[in-house]
Amino acid sequence: MTQRTMTTTPLRPSHATDHLDLLESHAIFILREVVAECERPVLLFSGGKDSAVLLHLAVKAFAPQQLPFPVMHIDTGQNFPEVLAFRDATVAEIGARLVVAKVQDTIDQGKVVDPGLLGSRNRLQTVTLLDAINDNIFDAAFGGARRDEDKARAKERILSFRDTFGQWDPRQQRPELWQLYQGKVNPGEHVRAFPLSDWTELDIWQYIEREKMALPTIYFAHERDVVKRDGMWLAVGPFVEPREDEPIERLTVRFRTVGDANCTGAVLSDADTLEAIIDEITLANVSERGATRADDKFSETAMEDRKREGYF
Amino acid sequence: MLVVAKDLLRLATIGSVDDGKSTLIGRLLVDTRQLFDDQLDAVAAASEKRGVGDLDLSFVTDGLRAEREQGITIDVAYRYATTPTRKFIIADCPGHVQYTGNMATGASTADLALVVLDVASGLKEQTRRHLCIAALLGVRSIIVAVNKMDAVDWSQTAFQRVVDEIQTLSRQLGFKKVHIIPISALLGDNVVETSSNLPWYEGPSVLEALESSEAGAWEHTNTQGARLPIQWVLRQPGGGRTYAGMVCGDTLHVGDRVTLLPANIETTITGLNFGGEAIDEATVGLAADVALAAETNAGRGDMIVTSPLPQVANEIHTTICWFGERPLHVGQRLRMKHTTKVSPVRVKTINGVIDIEKLDVDESTSLATNEIGLATLNTADLMVVDDYRSNRVTGSFVLIDEATNATVAAGMVGRASFL
Repeated sequence: MTQRTMTTTPLRPSHATDHLDLLESHAIFILREVVAECERPVLLFSGGKDSAVLLHLAVKAFAPQQLPFPVMHIDTGQNFPEVLAFRDATVAEIGARLVVAKVQDTIDQGKVVDPGLLGSRNRLQTVTLLDAINDNIFDAAFGGARRDEDKARAKERILSFRDTFGQWDPRQQRPELWQLYQGKVNPGEHVRAFPLSDWTELDIWQYIEREKMALPTIYFAHERDVVKRDGMWLAVGPFVEPREDEPIERLTVRFRTVGDANCTGAVLSDADTLEAIIDEITLANVSERGATRADDKFSETAMEDRKREGYF
Repeated sequence: MLVVAKDLLRLATIGSVDDGKSTLIGRLLVDTRQLFDDQLDAVAAASEKRGVGDLDLSFVTDGLRAEREQGITIDVAYRYATTPTRKFIIADCPGHVQYTGNMATGASTADLALVVLDVASGLKEQTRRHLCIAALLGVRSIIVAVNKMDAVDWSQTAFQRVVDEIQTLSRQLGFKKVHIIPISALLGDNVVETSSNLPWYEGPSVLEALESSEAGAWEHTNTQGARLPIQWVLRQPGGGRTYAGMVCGDTLHVGDRVTLLPANIETTITGLNFGGEAIDEATVGLAADVALAAETNAGRGDMIVTSPLPQVANEIHTTICWFGERPLHVGQRLRMKHTTKVSPVRVKTINGVIDIEKLDVDESTSLATNEIGLATLNTADLMVVDDYRSNRVTGSFVLIDEATNATVAAGMVGRASFL
């Protein structure tokens, strides 16, 4: 396979602020358009870096007023505790209303089969998410997805239409010209709005550094007990029990993305500051999802299949 | 604060199906090392599974299941690249005529069009259609990659034949800057590095041409006068109001004399903010908010402008790219979204359809799917518009089907000079 030894990218582009200003204003513009056109928007907030940036931008878009919509967390019950702590602190600080929709409730209602404590609840989230959108009559949901994350996301509009089943049809997307975002839907339908569509992983980190934003501590290098499973380092804890052939190792790691504790891999890293993380990402050989997400490794079109069903 | 980032170039690939747009973008990304190891592995695995060789470069952007099965591009893929000189946002657009709306989506925000065509077949009708749409959308510079040079034995004669055709059309369509480059997307010749297979060609590679092209062209049109279409009204502590929106056309300053339209109230800017912080000026592209001296009932859909003033009208002459499944006809009712304003509209007259081959306007009373034509629209509300050639934001609109909410047309105020 082709080797990617060195990047041609300079370590610290001196022009960074220019394009960050452009991305920032564009995202703020989208946030305001959707809030103006839709009746009941909601912002999906996982406590991860992308949704943290999204929430930060939402606060800027409507300052000095309060956020004109609630924030919703789809809680799989398999979270990293550091991320839940960050979620609660952030929501309290900005005075937002938090809606928590629990996958456990969906399981208790018998709508999906319980995969057990150690099984992945990642795909079940879709049912919980769509139920919560229906129950709260949300007609627009902001998400922090970026087009550079995955080849199916690279194809999605900034305002992505979902039918009454919550499905995305990649063959029937609305033309989205200029910056004319139209989010009108009929009852039961909704749109997903992705203001960070044109941001890259590096843009996110440079923006976090520029805005001096707080993040969950697990993004920074720390010591942790991990086991190697399917080529990924998983954190030993309530949702990951070491199997017989998996020796526990104590290593210095950090998380490049934040998802469920049992399907998000850690990366070996000494990067314990934003500056060090930016340097590390600039030189990375493996993509963010490739390095850390077990859920995308099942098939060639894993993300497209989940998105069609209504996933984030 | 400068928001028109000179370090960010937005480009769209255009051209007919099978001429190699996706392969060229795949080649460009691979040869400039924009792909991560796992992404390259995935492209290799998908190529092997479908029996299309070691590495089908089109799979880098054709990420949907249906696209890989059919070997075509259905919708725009957005990819991001960084070289030592600048960042790129690349919209890889589909070539099929049935996906023209998706192509226009990708090209509507592009600074530059990267046109790909097959040297053996030259300018196909679909390539002409795409070039015509790009010109209508206001793209002023193009890079034409004359592809599959390897299949004609790197023949300068074959290349020159196509060059003459392109130059004639480019002049007609009024492109300001045109690079024509012989390449092989499959083998990589003249994509990143200039090629020794083409010693008779002395110009830049595709990447070199991209790195030297003008960025920020999308925002920088022949603008006169600042405009701020109001998106949202923000209540300030102490009882005041500010009007939030994205600035276009020109910079706004505290103290500027402005007019609120369509109410036609003259007043002064007393304050500007960004993200809750006071600023002195708001440049093009900034999502700012504005305080005005006059007490007004301004709201979403109104516009704050400096002179020269735009038109205020409820009858607008337009150029329309029609994407609806059924033809557009006189008397049809639709919804228009123009800047932040939505109004019911009715088609008053259809004034002709564009003949893509001749670039003439033929008489017609309807527009079929993917046809481009001229129409006069009556709007229920008073609209504040500029000609598209002077301001892309206040000169553009979409038409929406009232029943399904589908976007069925892209529209531009006024008429291109080449028509």
